[in-house]
Amino acid sequence: MALENIVNVSGRGVPVMGDDIDTDRIIPARFMKCVTFDGLGEFAFYDAIKEFEEAGKTHPLKDSKFEGASVLISGANFGCGSSREHAPQSLARAGIKAIISESFAEIFFGNCTTLGVPCVTLPREKLNELADLITQEPDTMINIDLENKSVTAGDWSYSVNLPETAHQALTTGRWDPITELLESDVERVAGSLSYVDAK
Amino acid sequence: MKRSLFQKVWDAHTVGTLSDGRTQLFIGTHLIHEVTSPQAFGMLKELGLPVKYPNRTFATVDHIIPTDERNEPFSDPLADAMIKELRKNCAEHGVTFFDSNTGKQGIVHIVGPEQGITQPGMTIACGDSHTATHGAFGAIAFGIGTSQVRDILATQTMALSPLKVRRINVDGELAPGVFAKDVILHIIRLLGVKGGLGYAYEYGGEVFDNFSLEERMTVCNMSIEGGARCGYVNPDQKTYDYLKGRPYAPKGEAWDKAVAEWEALRSDEGCEYDDIVNINAADIAPTVTWGINPGQAIFIDEDLPQPDALPESDRETAVEAYEHMHLQPGQAIKGTKVDVVFFGSCTNGRLSDFEEVAKHIKGKKVAEGIKKAICVPGSQVVSAIAEEKGIAQIFRDAGFEWRGAGCSMCLGMNPDQLVGDQLCASSSNRNFKGRQGSPTGRTVLMSPLMVAAAAVTGEVADAREVFKVA
Repeated sequence: MALENIVNVSGRGVPVMGDDIDTDRIIPARFMKCVTFDGLGEFAFYDAIKEFEEAGKTHPLKDSKFEGASVLISGANFGCGSSREHAPQSLARAGIKAIISESFAEIFFGNCTTLGVPCVTLPREKLNELADLITQEPDTMINIDLENKSVTAGDWSYSVNLPETAHQALTTGRWDPITELLESDVERVAGSLSYVDAK
Repeated sequence: MKRSLFQKVWDAHTVGTLSDGRTQLFIGTHLIHEVTSPQAFGMLKELGLPVKYPNRTFATVDHIIPTDERNEPFSDPLADAMIKELRKNCAEHGVTFFDSNTGKQGIVHIVGPEQGITQPGMTIACGDSHTATHGAFGAIAFGIGTSQVRDILATQTMALSPLKVRRINVDGELAPGVFAKDVILHIIRLLGVKGGLGYAYEYGGEVFDNFSLEERMTVCNMSIEGGARCGYVNPDQKTYDYLKGRPYAPKGEAWDKAVAEWEALRSDEGCEYDDIVNINAADIAPTVTWGINPGQAIFIDEDLPQPDALPESDRETAVEAYEHMHLQPGQAIKGTKVDVVFFGSCTNGRLSDFEEVAKHIKGKKVAEGIKKAICVPGSQVVSAIAEEKGIAQIFRDAGFEWRGAGCSMCLGMNPDQLVGDQLCASSSNRNFKGRQGSPTGRTVLMSPLMVAAAAVTGEVADAREVFKVA
């Protein structure tokens, strides 16, 4: 399965700020009653968007000034909680191509990487600068250079962090590991484990 | 070199290093359920691949199954389609399915140990973040996403980076009325909801030595709420006693051989940990959450914290939490009015949880203001034993509904959901906004006995006072 090398992601940004945004928030459980991921895009942040509407406010994802944004900006521990891949699937299907935050929950990070959605981190101060810039000038293009691990938005630029494994996987087109996993000699390990009947 | 159990199990299951530097890890036991597996079976079909080790794959249905009316078709056509899809996939690929008519169905993390499928030294994965539960047996167990479910179905392996190991010692003795749930809520409160990022938690010390396997499961279950991908306890005689004679446990000579292997898995005395945390059991009191993540917790007799008194990084979430929960800083949490009480979940839906509470609620009644009081056994096996021992009847007599096995009100995927901004005293594991089905619903996490105290008083209460536990 040939995958593209993801070396660069460009797009306009949308800040959905706050720490510990969990996957129940990203996609409420009731929308997981499905046997495919198709159509999940419309449910991304569903309840949060409703909550804003009821308070007479507009959630950034529904704000016309951020329309068409593909780079999501959020706070620390983004994607914590449930392991549901429905969360990154819904974001990807809503047009999100990359996420920038202060830190990511591990399962969510792995799920995103496997889908080819880079998750990179910035220190808090820089993250806030970027979010402020995008809020003020939403038309600014954000460019995430994965090769050189940096993010640029207009005149603003800073280096981003990305674990070396994800960096390798994304930039060399091996972010979905299935091909490599299928090539390996699993039987050797299976046969060495007494609880596995490796026939 | 001296190694931790984590390192030993990791080494024994390593297939190789992938080109991106991650480890290809063999997953000996794969548990699946109806929510996160259908898409993976779909991907498998697209790739034209079979399930590599159907005899190492086990399925049950838990998230969407109604706990009251269980005849099919379910009233919710989506839920009905999901159970049928799982049934079809299991039949097609030769996977054992603990279906709703087997008497063995239940929450996946309760069924695995109960059937003796979960054993020391295994690697276990499941498309559910509470998979760490199985670590109570000295297994290394990971919650995974659906693409990884596909990877394991197809290859019995997954790509993963090694974790650091943090040893958490809880020594001394827990005071009466303090339970495993309080221990893990306290640990998460101390270390934070992101404190465990990058770590596996190894729990030990006198408290864990004294804990039953079911209590160890309660703690390991919530490791992910502290950010740790997995958590475990070294196996000991209690582990072997729990497993012996269970349907999937080794038998005869194989049993003796297995026990010898399991003994060698324990972390070596003096092995190096990446971090060590020591907690005094006597410092822990009954703990309840007040906010929208499990780290926002206090002892029952504490006042709600002022956001300014919290670390700066926690303040914004605290303000949001107070708004959602309709609570005020400086108030007592005790006395907060409760609308719904829920016993159950993979955290606290095992027999011992119901047994402990039954001792105290016998002869008592659910308070008038409580709109819904439900008991949901974690499995059909738990339910059958609870019926046989008269425990279910004690709950019914007290005014609870005794339901069928499933995830129920732990998450809003089945008919058991909060309505509007109801406040639920819950023995489950997550208090996220909307978790229990209503976007404005409010969840207060606590131990089963504290849920019972809330049930009989109609408010968040101190079980030690309500039930005179001393």
